[in-house]
Amino acid sequence: MSSKNSFKTAIRGLKTNKSRSALTILGIIIGISSIILIMSLGKGAEELILSQVRGLGSATIIIEPGRRTQGPSDFGSLFTDSLKDREVEALSKPSNAPGVEGLSPMVVLSTSVSFENEVDSFMILGAAPLIADIVDVYPETGQFFTDEQAQQLSAVAIIGSEVKEKLFGPSEALNQNIKIKDKVFKIIGISPKKGQVGMLDVDNSIIVPYTTALKYLSGMNYYHQILVKAKSEKIVPETVQDIEATLRELHNITDSTKDDFQVATQEDIAQRVGTVTSVLTIFLAAIAAISLVVGGIGIMNIMLVSVTERTREIGLRKALGATTKNILTQFLLESIILTCLGGMVGIALGVFFSFVASLILSRMVSSGWAFVISPSAIALGLGVSAFVGLVFGLYPASQASKKSPIEALRYE
Amino acid sequence: MPLIEIHNLEKTYIDGETETHALSGVSFNIKEGEFVAIMGPSGSGKSTLLHILGFLDKQSGGNYFFDGQSIDDYGEEKLANVRNKKMGFIFQSFNLLPRTTVLNNVKLPLLYSGIKENLWQAMAEKAIEQVGLTHRLNYETSQLSGGERQRVAIARALINNPQVIFADEPTGNLDSKSGGAVMEIIEALNDNGHTIILITHETYTAEYAERIITLKDGLLESDKKVEQRRKGAALSFAK
Repeated sequence: MSSKNSFKTAIRGLKTNKSRSALTILGIIIGISSIILIMSLGKGAEELILSQVRGLGSATIIIEPGRRTQGPSDFGSLFTDSLKDREVEALSKPSNAPGVEGLSPMVVLSTSVSFENEVDSFMILGAAPLIADIVDVYPETGQFFTDEQAQQLSAVAIIGSEVKEKLFGPSEALNQNIKIKDKVFKIIGISPKKGQVGMLDVDNSIIVPYTTALKYLSGMNYYHQILVKAKSEKIVPETVQDIEATLRELHNITDSTKDDFQVATQEDIAQRVGTVTSVLTIFLAAIAAISLVVGGIGIMNIMLVSVTERTREIGLRKALGATTKNILTQFLLESIILTCLGGMVGIALGVFFSFVASLILSRMVSSGWAFVISPSAIALGLGVSAFVGLVFGLYPASQASKKSPIEALRYE
Repeated sequence: MPLIEIHNLEKTYIDGETETHALSGVSFNIKEGEFVAIMGPSGSGKSTLLHILGFLDKQSGGNYFFDGQSIDDYGEEKLANVRNKKMGFIFQSFNLLPRTTVLNNVKLPLLYSGIKENLWQAMAEKAIEQVGLTHRLNYETSQLSGGERQRVAIARALINNPQVIFADEPTGNLDSKSGGAVMEIIEALNDNGHTIILITHETYTAEYAERIITLKDGLLESDKKVEQRRKGAALSFAK
């Protein structure tokens, strides 16, 4: 019996019970569409986070103080003051780290800011002018501060678009003086609307020279972060090694597990984010898969009913020359076609719901939320539904094929 | 060499602790081209015998040689193949596929025959023509009368040009007129060289055959030549 005819026979069998076939695959449709939806949302979340992480540019390296905790009693935070001017100076020397194009020490704090009677709390970023390049926040109006201004501890600030909106409303903000903590800063630039860039909410931040921030705002002598820009993406790995070697030498560390700093590349962070979101996605998809098992049992149930109902047909086919294998194939194909059909409808529905969800999420969560359907999700959906058909169709099909022709013909 | 040769054929059904002897040692031969009727009251074992002869069931004792070969030598696949190629079946209750056209019902055995699909249509049309149903080709079987349905079943039985056709009470569900028409067709098949083995409890129908084997309580009661065969043509002219 040719495979084309096996298909025809199976489809003819299903067609004679259209509404029952349709109801049977409902479980598969629900299961597959929820898996597609969950995988799409997971992928969408991952891409959103990754695009924000990658916002810093792939040549950017982040150095943070402290070390990774080795256990619950290990306080990595004990070394939060390990990045100071000494380290910045050492890393700036081309002889130590030739791959470094520039770096920006970072001071990050949240404090109240006032203009005339308006008071609000904002994120203050103390940074070097290089930050404008890394985060791409060249002011729309006004300009960024220069290296000289940073050296001179100038009290100048670049404000984000939301900060401008909240403190000044529609009136002019450029060249106005605002008070951060108790220090007066002159606004020399307003950055354009940027949204999230690599975990930074630029629109709600005020950028000031790191020197000024350290002295007048944080009151500490250490930095929260050093952002390093490598000369190119290709030399990032070597540069990371150079940075680690330089800092270890400076801190007299021989054992890398005792590092009092951490160096992370954009790729590292992206990978970590990717791992977290995929674990979550797999977890949720596994829950959705339970409905597939339920759906599969439904298929098995209906196929068993169908086998009993069609005992005479099976007997007749055998009397006319069908082998056990022919009958097994016919019933197995019926259930596989049924589940694949369910899979396809489920995929279509899943894609549709994912699209609707991404529309809603892009309004509610972030405009950066994209509609993503990976081909692997569709392949998985089809594969899983065929597999369900195979597994849950096998028992009814083998029951059908085992019927003796005479027993089947006698059945009333 | 006879086409069908049985020696001491036995069939015992065991249902729990009760044993039922449907056949208790039956022997006879049937030559190729013969038209044999098997008669007997219900419970005599005639249906059981037909099922065994038609490879639908296996004997519990004795020997059955089909075309010179013992049935015990056939595997499941081979049995199915012989049923498909060398045997045709006509049942009392027609056993057609519901909601399926005449054409597709007749084509059903071809599905398992290995014959190329481009030949199917012509073969089916020819078989349907032989039973005079060309005008019903694309009718669903539910739209046909009982006699027409049985003729579809006959077309299905002869599509692979089998050596032997087994007919199990083919007129049992039909009125005498359409029953007569069915018997005429069966008779014509025999004239064309097909061996016919017919089961019936009506003497009238049995007399179409050239030989009548009578069973009683699982044993051969008589095996007689029919002195005066009923001729279908005469019947139809008489009516």
